[in-house]
Amino acid sequence: MAEATTHPSPPEDERRNFLKKVLAVTAGLIVVLIPSAAGLIVLLDPLRRKTNKADFLPVTNLDALPDDDLPHPFQVVADRRDAWNLYPAQRIGAVYLRRNKDKVTAVNVVCPHLGCFVDATADGSFKCPCHNSTFQKDGSLIAGSVSPRGLDELEVDQQSLKSGIVKVRFQNFQAGTHLRIPV
Amino acid sequence: MRKALLDWLDDRTGYRAMVHSMLFENIPGGSRWRYVWGSTLVFAFTVQLITGFFLWASYSPSSQTAWESVYFIQYQMAGGALLRGIHHFMAQAMIILLVLHMLQIIIDGAYRAPREVNFWIGLILLNIVLGLSLTGYLLPWDQKGYWATKVATNIMLTVPIIGPSLQRIVVGGAEYGHHTLTRFFALHAGLLPALMMFFIVAHVYVFRRHGIKFKEPKRAADTHFWVDQLLKDAVACLAVLAVVLFLIYRPLIFGQHHVGAELGAPADPSEAYSAARPEWYFLFLYQFLKLQSFAGEREVIGAVVIPGLVMLILFLMPIVGRWKLGHRFNVVFLFALLTGVVILTFRAVAEDRGKSDYQAAVTQAHKDAERVKDLANRPTGIPATGAVSLLREDAYTQGPKLFKAHCASCHRYDGHDGVGFKPDPTKQPQTASDLKGFGSRQWLTGLFDPKQVDSPNYLGAPKLKTGKMVKFVKREVPDYDKNEMQAVIAAVSAEAQLPSQRHQDQTDAAIIKKGRDLLLAADIRCVDCHQFPGPQSAENTARSKDSANTPDLTGYGSRPWLLAFLHDPGHERFYGKKNEMPAFGAKKILDEKSIALIADWLRGDWYDPNQTAPPPPPATAPTTTQAR
Repeated sequence: MAEATTHPSPPEDERRNFLKKVLAVTAGLIVVLIPSAAGLIVLLDPLRRKTNKADFLPVTNLDALPDDDLPHPFQVVADRRDAWNLYPAQRIGAVYLRRNKDKVTAVNVVCPHLGCFVDATADGSFKCPCHNSTFQKDGSLIAGSVSPRGLDELEVDQQSLKSGIVKVRFQNFQAGTHLRIPV
Repeated sequence: MRKALLDWLDDRTGYRAMVHSMLFENIPGGSRWRYVWGSTLVFAFTVQLITGFFLWASYSPSSQTAWESVYFIQYQMAGGALLRGIHHFMAQAMIILLVLHMLQIIIDGAYRAPREVNFWIGLILLNIVLGLSLTGYLLPWDQKGYWATKVATNIMLTVPIIGPSLQRIVVGGAEYGHHTLTRFFALHAGLLPALMMFFIVAHVYVFRRHGIKFKEPKRAADTHFWVDQLLKDAVACLAVLAVVLFLIYRPLIFGQHHVGAELGAPADPSEAYSAARPEWYFLFLYQFLKLQSFAGEREVIGAVVIPGLVMLILFLMPIVGRWKLGHRFNVVFLFALLTGVVILTFRAVAEDRGKSDYQAAVTQAHKDAERVKDLANRPTGIPATGAVSLLREDAYTQGPKLFKAHCASCHRYDGHDGVGFKPDPTKQPQTASDLKGFGSRQWLTGLFDPKQVDSPNYLGAPKLKTGKMVKFVKREVPDYDKNEMQAVIAAVSAEAQLPSQRHQDQTDAAIIKKGRDLLLAADIRCVDCHQFPGPQSAENTARSKDSANTPDLTGYGSRPWLLAFLHDPGHERFYGKKNEMPAFGAKKILDEKSIALIADWLRGDWYDPNQTAPPPPPATAPTTTQAR
């Protein structure tokens, strides 16, 4: 029926019709794009937020850490900001501390492969329960593991160590890459 | 290649025929502006789906996170105010577009056979839109939405027999809480939009089956939807969006800073909210329910029966409209209905305009909304207990209300009752001092002014007027050296450690020291009656024997002093036996928290967003000298 009522149109009408089509499509695009763009900006808001600056956080007293050169897990407590909330003194993660006399080293407990919590074995090496990556006592990667890098070593505050407090610059790093990129 | 691919797609889907039937719908009599309303409604709903999805991605429905997440969208996330503004104002635009669409359909008689079913589908869509508005109003969990929606769910109670159970199901329990939000959200973002989409598809499908009911007489030759009518539709949609954007950014034009939809203070069942009103398009119903005819048990008639009957008449319109007279009746009924709605709405607005207490409540609501925004914006964030505790523990917000309730029957604050209302002096005379700036230099200067000391703002009460203090100020103070008196005032005022004078107290350390020395040397006779610290010489102790019934000047006006004073002004450290003020703490009239809120408010000790850090001392200030 629609076909039957179409009239043969002269070229001038053709041109006018083309202009109408352009206008209609443009207006249609504008009205849909503006609300969509507003939504997308909000959705992408997390990309705009800076990653938290890593500070030295007190983890434990030196006396509480056995001087056996073996890794021991400790929770890290800090204020945690979650969108609108600020939770004071929350457990935000964990570290393995290893003490040899006055020397303390710290590694993040998270496996750099896909983010599982690695286990410390009796001989001091680490094993990831998820995909069986294994790491030396110092966190370095043992050949044959699927993890792209060794465990992430964290800086220990040497200054406060002298006064018997272990402070660690606690940070998480992106999983799945051989580079250490802070998140 | 491209053609082969499209041919294949068309063979498998038949999309060409579908697109063709969509674009080349016949418009008898040419395209017209009066046909655009349906399209603008589809557009408005599409915008709500888009913006709604993105809001959903940042919204958290629970009574401790709903307001907080909306706050975060509105004030912290980039583009959030615009997104929420579009959703908010497009919802209101939809109501107007619905009315216009219905007007066009009924006036043009487009609801009559064979289009009855489509008219009914349209009425169902109208009710779904109203449902979406009602459920969406609550989701920000601010005072406005909370109290307005409470009224709506209480109306459910008026339904005979099933009312109470129905209400409990909708609210998710006996009281408003987490489950009220989860249920309203499930309706708002789940069931209702799904129903809406289903009925819109049905509406458009049935509409296409019968085609446009063209308006007689035909003005032009027949045309197609593409492109004549589509262009008109697109321009109309553009106009709708332009209006919505204008409403969002309108405050900027009037020099205000907030943009988009309002967010009130967080819902608080313990906090009065006399500014509660439904959204403007429900105002007529609100006004309707104020009528005396629906008092008490008869409320169900106004709230349920009459709206139900109106809806029934609308549903019957296609049948009534079969006759010529019936169609006239329908048009007249519709206009009568709309006139009634408009009159009721205007009366509701006019009544509120004339009510000063309502206007005060609205002002207070805006103030609270602004304040909680500032508090939530602090680096300490919002506690896990939710933003409602920010306001409850804020001296700036609670101080005036507590002052009005417990102090203003005798005292004044800058001439008013704390919240800005000046009481009628004949009904509620001022019998005690004006406490604005209590303990400050300005306040003390007034106290030591012989002309002011016995005015109502200081010691003007009958018993005090003839007391020793007034006599002292009137007889002796005029003889004192002006500079010395100023130093004494500075010294006493420094005891208060007021945040507003922190600066001054630092710069004037030398003057304050001089004032203290004058006080202690008893040249100025304050310590004859009042207690003040110093070397407890025999002479000094003897002089201070009289101090049992006079306020201790040690830490006068400071936080601990004020807390102890409000706890028990009749303690011998303060007015002793001469006291006439209620012992707010000792008699358990107020809890410690409320007393602290009053004290902090009077001292001006509250979070000030414009002054985030204490100001650095000026270059000329002595850095080491301390008053004590």
